[in-house]
Formats: sequence, structure tokens, C-alpha cells
Amino acid sequence: MSKVLMKGNEAIAKAAMKAGLDCFFGYPITPQNEVPEYLSKLLPDAGKVFVQAESEVAAINMVYGAAGAGKRVMTSSSSVGIALKQEGISYIAGAELPCVIGSVMRGGPGLGTIQPSQGDYYQATRGGGNGDYHVIVLAPESVQETVDLMKEAFDIADLYRNPVMVLADGLIGQMMETVDLDKPIKKRELPEKSWASIGTKHHEGRNIINSLFLDPNELEQHNYKLQRKYKEVEKNEVKYEMINMDSNPEYVIVAYGTTARICRSSIEILAENGVNVGMIRPISLWPYPKKAFNDIPKSVKGLMVVEMSLGQMLDDVLISDRGRHKVAFYGRPGGIVPEPEEIVEAIMTFDERVVE
Amino acid sequence: MIKYERSSGLTDNRTHYCPGCTHGILHKLVAEVLDELGVLDHTVGVASVGCSVFSYEYFNCDMQQAAHGRACAVATGVKRSLPENIVFTYQGDGDLASIGIAETIHAANRGENITVIYANNTTYGMTGGQMAPTTLVGQKTTTSQDGRVQSLHGGPIKMSEILGQVDGAAYVERVMLTDVPNIRKAKKAIKKAFQYQIDGKGFSMIEVLSTCPVNWKMKPFDAMERVKEEMVPIFPLGVFKDVMNHD
Repeated sequence: MSKVLMKGNEAIAKAAMKAGLDCFFGYPITPQNEVPEYLSKLLPDAGKVFVQAESEVAAINMVYGAAGAGKRVMTSSSSVGIALKQEGISYIAGAELPCVIGSVMRGGPGLGTIQPSQGDYYQATRGGGNGDYHVIVLAPESVQETVDLMKEAFDIADLYRNPVMVLADGLIGQMMETVDLDKPIKKRELPEKSWASIGTKHHEGRNIINSLFLDPNELEQHNYKLQRKYKEVEKNEVKYEMINMDSNPEYVIVAYGTTARICRSSIEILAENGVNVGMIRPISLWPYPKKAFNDIPKSVKGLMVVEMSLGQMLDDVLISDRGRHKVAFYGRPGGIVPEPEEIVEAIMTFDERVVE
Repeated sequence: MIKYERSSGLTDNRTHYCPGCTHGILHKLVAEVLDELGVLDHTVGVASVGCSVFSYEYFNCDMQQAAHGRACAVATGVKRSLPENIVFTYQGDGDLASIGIAETIHAANRGENITVIYANNTTYGMTGGQMAPTTLVGQKTTTSQDGRVQSLHGGPIKMSEILGQVDGAAYVERVMLTDVPNIRKAKKAIKKAFQYQIDGKGFSMIEVLSTCPVNWKMKPFDAMERVKEEMVPIFPLGVFKDVMNHD
């Protein structure tokens, strides 16, 4: 086990290579440019496919084609670019194709800023594409976790024939940390891609990659089939971390990604000042770790949701807590990364920040 | 004895195409070519959105159904993944020349080694006859009810001429299906396009002037006459690019 120092974006690229990436299709956008830059060298050198597409729209449709041909495929982008990919993501979900989407969030709305943000929680977990579908969303808080989740994302995508998004933000993308690229991940039994359209000489009958079901009865059945799959994902793929929960905490912070990382420092400062605070750190944002909220200690007076947005994951906390606690919110939008002290202050003024 | 048989390049499914529409002839030509070239068992076709959306039901090979306009991007993903396979798209003019013009031009510019079959009938057939980028000036459609006006709507866009200028395009030809000699010419062009792909020469597109009797509100015979009399002067037949002629 040897550790190397690298940026989050480079880690996305290198981890994908470790996971056996066959094809990457992307389009430049800050703050994730290092992903296509690294892969534009690594993939062709390994005899694999890199295409810089003419747009994010084209890139996600190239992903559709290559995923339909049975390859391990990914694209990456950021906020504005992910917005453009939504149509393709809906088709990929509808046609049940496996792929990985790296999303490195920046401030919005519109062109916004290139600075880090978590303003695309809704975009990732609710999506902008049409129809009843889900993207599996995994949110790392460190460069090491980015590596681990990227590698696992490809297996999860193949297992469920579903798009998986690794949702980072500009800070994780640009931050350098030491990582172990070979840290083992969960071993999974992956099915053969017998459905891939690779030519009829390779299989019985014709393989058709498609999301069109003009007969509403057929489409209804297709939707039920997708929902059964999503239930399996909800059962098997929830990931989260419970932090400092055995300290008889007064409050529990709920935060993911970069914000959770900052909140760890806030929790230390609070402890030094005699205030015990725990944290629920969702790692899978869809499926959301609802069950974590069943294990909140009795000592807890309230939940503080912290995001680099003005309250998006907050909805899932309210849904998951089901009114059992007071819920307060602290957020910084638009590309501002909060300081640990701001969150300390937010906890100290909890009652003023209660949202309902 | 010449025996006429259904091409093994077509499935047994009945097509949904309207009477007098040229999609049937065009499907048959593509299917015959794939069969004659012996590539059917390693071909992946890409269906588009429009009347040809169901072409995945008709071509007897593996198929992918692409989002509106994105067939050339999907085909890029397939061909880059499976360089030994034959990959083609089958698209109409709304799909290829309007919403998908960027994907089309850039696939050609990258020299993607794919074949594009482009049916140009100057209207959106599937959605009921709206104005297309290829609609002729003066042509009445459901969204240009007094006829297309150049100064308001622009003129008919000429994809073969455009792609003829693109470096990565290997072979671009415009044909029509109005009579037996022209159907034979069209088949020859389609076969050549696929042969270029087999030979690794790069992007090829065959633009096929097509009819839409229902939305043109014409009898099939009159629709064929319209292709010759009204479309050909605006969309002249011929080869717009052939890399083998520039050696």
C-alpha cells in the first residue's frame, strides 16, 4: 500500500482507470477540467477511448451509445454542464444502461461562479430529466473517499444497470490529499452484459437499447420494473457515517461532502467548549440514509443541517426525521465555503435557526 | 430466373409507414446492402426520433434508439467502443438537420467511421407536418400556414453541401427514389457508403430525397413528381464529397 499526493479531479480520473474504464466522453468546464485532461492521456495510452465531444449533450449521448455497447463508460462535468446532460441521463435510466457521471459542483444558478458549492443537490438527487427515474448519487468528503466511491460506482452501475453519479464540489476537485489508489472495495458478483448491442453474431436474437414504449400498458410495466430495482437499491446501497454519537450529544449536525469535512472541525471546537455535537454524514444522497435518523440518541435536542446552499438536503432531513426533532439550518450559497467557527456559532444560536 | 425475396436485413415486422412514403424503399435498400456486404451480424444501427423512430423494429440487426438529434453522438459512442462493427444511423431531416445539426457536423468533422442514412422529406412527418429546416420556401406546413418565408424562417438547409465542406467526411451523396434507375443509383450510393466504412475511410452520409404524401397532402404519384420538380432544383443530386476522387 503506497500513498500518492493528488487532486480530487485527478483522483476521479485515476480511480476510474483502476476500475477498468473503457471510454470517457466529456466537454471542458471548470472546476473539473483535470478529469478529461488526465483521461485524454491515460485512456489512449492504454488503448482505450477518449473523445472530447462538441457539447455536454453530445457527450452524454456518446455515453449512452458506448454503455449500450457494454463498455465501462463515464463522463464528468459541473453544474451548468450536468444541467445539459439531464436529457441523456433520463434516456440512460430509461434504457437501463450502466454508467458513471462525475459531477463537481460550482456556484449557481446560471453561469454562477467556478467556486465550490452544493447548490446541485436537487439536480443530482431529483434530476432535471423527464420521468420516474433515479440516479444513484454518492458524495465523498475527501480525495481518498472520492477514489473509493469512484471505483465502487462502476460496480454499482453494472449491478443495477443504472447511472451512478459521484457528486463532489469544486473544493474536493481542486484539493490535494494523499490517497491509496489500491484500497480494496466491496467485492460484488456482477452480471454478464448479455443485453448489450454488439452484433447478433455474439448472442441470440436482436439486442435493442431503447426507452420507448408507446403502449402505455407496456410503459407502466417498465416503470414498475424500474421501481422494483430502485427498492433494491434503497435496501442495499444506503451509505452513511455516524460521528460522535456516543458522546451524549446535545445536537446532531447533518452534512455531506466538503461541508461534513468542515463540520468535523466545528465539532472539535464545540467539544473543547463543553458542547457535545454528533453528525450524520450521508454518503449516498440517493438512496438517502433515512434509517440513520432512527438511531439519533435521546440526548439530542435538535438537528442542524449545514450545506453550501440555502437548503436542499434539508428537505430529505425533514422527510427522514419525520418531526421527531427541531430542525435548524445554516448554509452559505454562491461559492462561499463556510469556516468551522461559523458553524460553531450556528449551533450556539440553534433556536434562532429552527426552520419549523 | 430472378426471384424477388424479402431481404434478410429486415425483420418480419410490418412497418408503420404511411402509403406512398419512401421510408419503405429506403429501409429495403439499406437492409439489402447490409445483407449483400455480409455485415448484418456485426452491425449496430441507431434509430432516431421522428417517423423512423421504430426503425429498430425493422432492421434485422442490433439497434439502439437515440434521443432526438443525438443519433450521431450515440453512433460515435458505439463505433468507438466497437471499431470492428458496422455502425449506421437512420435519421430524418428534423432530427439530423435541426436539433441534431451539431452532432452531425461534429461526427463528420471527427471523421467518425460511421454511415448516416438521411431521409429528407422537407417536413416533420411524425409530429404531423410542421416546418422543418429543409422545408422549401413557399411550402405550406402546419407551422408555416401561409408558406415558408425566407426572410422570416430562413431557407432550406442543404446538409450534403455543408458536410461536403467538412474535412472528416469521406463520402457524401444526395440521391432520390422516384423511379427504378434512381432507386438503383441510391442503392449503389448506400453500398458505397458502407464499403467506405468497412475500408475505414471515415464518415459517410447518403441524403435521400423522400416523400411524405400524407403531410404534403398529395397522392403518392404526385409526391414523387414533387421530389423531381420542386426538391431537386433546391437539393441537386450528386456527390458532394468523395475522398477517393482527391488522391
